[in-house]
Amino acid sequence: MSETIISLNDVQLSLQGNAGLVHILKDISLDIQRAQSVSLTGPSGSGKSSLLMLLGGLEAVSSGKLEVLGRDFSSMDEDALAIFRLAHMGVVFQSFHLIPTMTALENVATPLELAGRNDAFEAARAELNDVGLGDRGEHYPAQLSGGEQQRVALARAAVMRPGILLADEPTGNLDGPTGAAIMDLIFKLKEKHGSTLILVTHDPILAQRCERVVHLTDGRLVSDHRQETEVSA
Amino acid sequence: MNLSLSFRLARRELRGGLKGFRIFIICLALGVAAIAAIATVKSGLENGLRAEGATLLGGDAEAELTYRFASDIERQWLEAISINVSEIVNFRSMLVVVTDQGEERALTEVKAVDSLYPLKGAVRLVDDLDFRASLAPKEGRPGIILEQVLVDRLGLVLGDQLQLGAQSFHLGGVLVSLPDAAGDGFGLGARSLVYAKDLEASGLLAPGTFFSSKYRLELPDGTGLDALAQDAAQRFENAGLRWRDGRNGAPGISAFVERLGAFLILVGLSGLAVGGVGVASAVNSFLTLKTSVIATLRSLGASNATVFQVYFIQITALAVLGIGLGLVLGVGLPIAFAPLIERALPFPVNLSIYPTAIVQAALYGILTAYLFTLWPLARLRDIRPVALYRDQVQAHQNWPAPRFLLALLLLFVALVGAASFFTGSVRLVLWAAGGIFGTLIALYFSAYCVKGLAKMFVRTAKGRPALRWALASLYGPREATGSIVLALGLGLTVLASIGQIDGNLRGAITTSLPKVAPSYFFVDIQKSQMQEFEAILSKNDEVSRIESAPMLRGVITKINGLPAKEVAGDHWVLQGDRGVTYSEAPVESSKVVAGEWWPEGYTGENQISFGDEEAAEMGLSLGDTMTINIMGRDIEGRITSFRDVNFSTAGIGFVVSMNPAALRGAPHSFIATVYMEETAEPRILREISRAMPNITAVRVKDAITRVSELLRSIASAITYGAIVTLCTGFIVLIGAAASGEHHRRFEAAVLKSLGATRTRILQSFALRAAIMGIGAGAIALLCGIAAAWALCYFLLDTEYAVIWSNAGLVIFAGLFANVLANLFFALRALYVKPAQILRNYE
Repeated sequence: MSETIISLNDVQLSLQGNAGLVHILKDISLDIQRAQSVSLTGPSGSGKSSLLMLLGGLEAVSSGKLEVLGRDFSSMDEDALAIFRLAHMGVVFQSFHLIPTMTALENVATPLELAGRNDAFEAARAELNDVGLGDRGEHYPAQLSGGEQQRVALARAAVMRPGILLADEPTGNLDGPTGAAIMDLIFKLKEKHGSTLILVTHDPILAQRCERVVHLTDGRLVSDHRQETEVSA
Repeated sequence: MNLSLSFRLARRELRGGLKGFRIFIICLALGVAAIAAIATVKSGLENGLRAEGATLLGGDAEAELTYRFASDIERQWLEAISINVSEIVNFRSMLVVVTDQGEERALTEVKAVDSLYPLKGAVRLVDDLDFRASLAPKEGRPGIILEQVLVDRLGLVLGDQLQLGAQSFHLGGVLVSLPDAAGDGFGLGARSLVYAKDLEASGLLAPGTFFSSKYRLELPDGTGLDALAQDAAQRFENAGLRWRDGRNGAPGISAFVERLGAFLILVGLSGLAVGGVGVASAVNSFLTLKTSVIATLRSLGASNATVFQVYFIQITALAVLGIGLGLVLGVGLPIAFAPLIERALPFPVNLSIYPTAIVQAALYGILTAYLFTLWPLARLRDIRPVALYRDQVQAHQNWPAPRFLLALLLLFVALVGAASFFTGSVRLVLWAAGGIFGTLIALYFSAYCVKGLAKMFVRTAKGRPALRWALASLYGPREATGSIVLALGLGLTVLASIGQIDGNLRGAITTSLPKVAPSYFFVDIQKSQMQEFEAILSKNDEVSRIESAPMLRGVITKINGLPAKEVAGDHWVLQGDRGVTYSEAPVESSKVVAGEWWPEGYTGENQISFGDEEAAEMGLSLGDTMTINIMGRDIEGRITSFRDVNFSTAGIGFVVSMNPAALRGAPHSFIATVYMEETAEPRILREISRAMPNITAVRVKDAITRVSELLRSIASAITYGAIVTLCTGFIVLIGAAASGEHHRRFEAAVLKSLGATRTRILQSFALRAAIMGIGAGAIALLCGIAAAWALCYFLLDTEYAVIWSNAGLVIFAGLFANVLANLFFALRALYVKPAQILRNYE
């Protein structure tokens, strides 16, 4: 049995909305093993993106316990979480979230610079080459197509060789062929670096490419489908 | 084109409220409010001076003479045209009080009046004493009324005895105000009031003593003032008689109010220009946000013209709102604070609603609003329907169409024309407009330089992510580097130039001058007293230098046989009477630079040596003739030499010097400057005063203090004007920082998601703001120094030196203001949860 690196125990997430407190996630318990690929699926508003944010330390749990690589996120402040992410995680968003004032190369180099790497720009250039954008390094995000922007975002997420790769609907803003190419790239990077992949997606075919499919409805985990076994919640 | 459709669309768009336009409205409102307030106070003062003209003048009309009383013919004419004639004599003298500790003395400006004084208004004394009773004799001594400052300085109480020349007085009262004080202008000493008849035994007012006599007239109702002024000019102008009437009772103050008002309006206009940068930046951000709306309108078939109209109407509506708010504030505040303002000003002021002030401020406001918004509006045509599908950030930044460029030029000309019309000074307006325009261009290019340098140095910042992000964000797209540098830089330029001008003016008087200035000026030394005067000084070793010269006062009436003002306009040498001297040889402090000085003992045609700088300004040449009226007598001479006259040492400097034979017959006194050790001053002064009580001593340091006080009050008024400009600049900064908050939040969230700590992100934001602040400050300093140098050199005619302490302050202010404004919003951005930002972006 592989080592559990992410563990959620009765996790709840409630956020203050205009109409009062909104319960986004309810009683989520889940273990994820090293190098596993897990897709989080469910209808819009089911809480899958919020769950990914919790796993990335970008959102704090309201109650329950969340441990990643043995670290209890609720005991860590925002800066400690940032440093943790730098060392262990890469995040890809649906809207790419490239910094518009930085070129593609500068965007990819940023995590390396944060880590104090002297070869930040060389490594970033190599990573851009890996995603097929070696000649677009000096372009600003606004000068790139959606697919190209997502490749840059992917390169930026992977450049630190993170143990955990979080991807939030990475093909949601892309056309079919471009989206498929991006997914191939994500899985290629996962395999190449031996990362754990957690993927939020609407697309059932895409979800099936993962070893586990975790389904959420209305903030609750309703099914956790594995290749070998299926567990109903 | 359907204008009503454009109005409908504009109205629908405005339903979105004023969000995003707060800075637009505040900038415009502040600029308009400052100008409206300045124009209202200026109009109030002008109105007050006009309404109280006769009181300030002391009569319906006044005839003034220097060095003499009116001749019988003049007196007869004055009596013939009026119901009453009141004679007043003004001169400087020394008040002396003998105490147990010795003698105390003080310089005073004496106003000697007759029993009719004052024809208009009332004299107010402390405790509401009656001034006539206060001047009445007591125990054989006539009364004298002094200003509080003299009473305090001499340590007097009512009834105490004091001396003016050889005449003894008792202190009868303490002056609160004279009705005609404002019309008397600036004096070096505090005022004392006596009856002229009580001076007969004083030994003062001897022939050649410097005094002026004024004849105030009470005129019959319905007297035509224009005709009377013309008649007086025809009859007596060449006799040195100066005529004024109640329509402009205090011309000195009116001119001062006019000039200071014009200068303050220009400071206000520079504030409006700073606000204009904020307005342009707000419109730019607004139109960027509206890109999709505009693209949708275009995709639905709206023409370029319709889209332009829709947004032009919106901008006009918002500008009218901002201007309206500014007018309410600018007109309302002075009226609300009228009692305070009236108390603070030494002149009458009628604060009310003045249509000229409103029209002026509104016109400047609307012209500025269009001047700064037309450029972004003209580029609406660049937004195409394709923007709905593609990010337009990198769209071509085309120049506006020629018709818009022409409209911009016309707006600029209209603004300069309006300012010239309202301030009455085309030259000053052109200087200011040139300065503001030049500064904007310099700042625009400096913003490019900041971006270029940031791009150049970004590679050297590898391994220092906070610095690299800061540099990258300076030159990257979507950044407000340009508008921040413009707004901050223009505000700081105003601060820098005001600081430099103020420092130089104060420095010229308080620092540079006293190092070489004499300790005392002595005036009214009679020719017969010169020997004794010099003897007293020479026996004192503490006296290092004495310079003396004969002094007469005269009015230059003609140049080459034509009225002088026709030839040389309103040059200061022609305004009022000037000191005239004579000597066998040029004095040490002035050197002949052109022509020949007259030979010793010369008795031929009268010759004049004239100041070379003044001659150049007046267009005079060697060989020109000049008529000078001295004590009612015309003396004509030919200009045979020009001299370099040095006024900057506070020594003796005369623009006009003649050969001795030309002035030998005219009664006159001498002026002397004495350089002596400070410790010996009281003793030597005592000796001179005891031997020659008619001589007046003016302590140079005291005179400098009085002038400095006046300058300080002018500087304060300008500073208040500049504060509004700075406030506007800061609000524009806040606006720019606020509009960037959206980007900062996003940047902070993404950087956090990549593993950056808050400290590091904050460092990057602070560095970015600091680099922009230093860049804007440095350029503002250069522009401010250039503006101050130009103003000192071309307009104020004073020497200029960079005041480095003020300069450092400007750089620091730029740094501090920008970091403060940016960090406030950056801190807010830092404490928002990244998930919240990243999710909202989906």
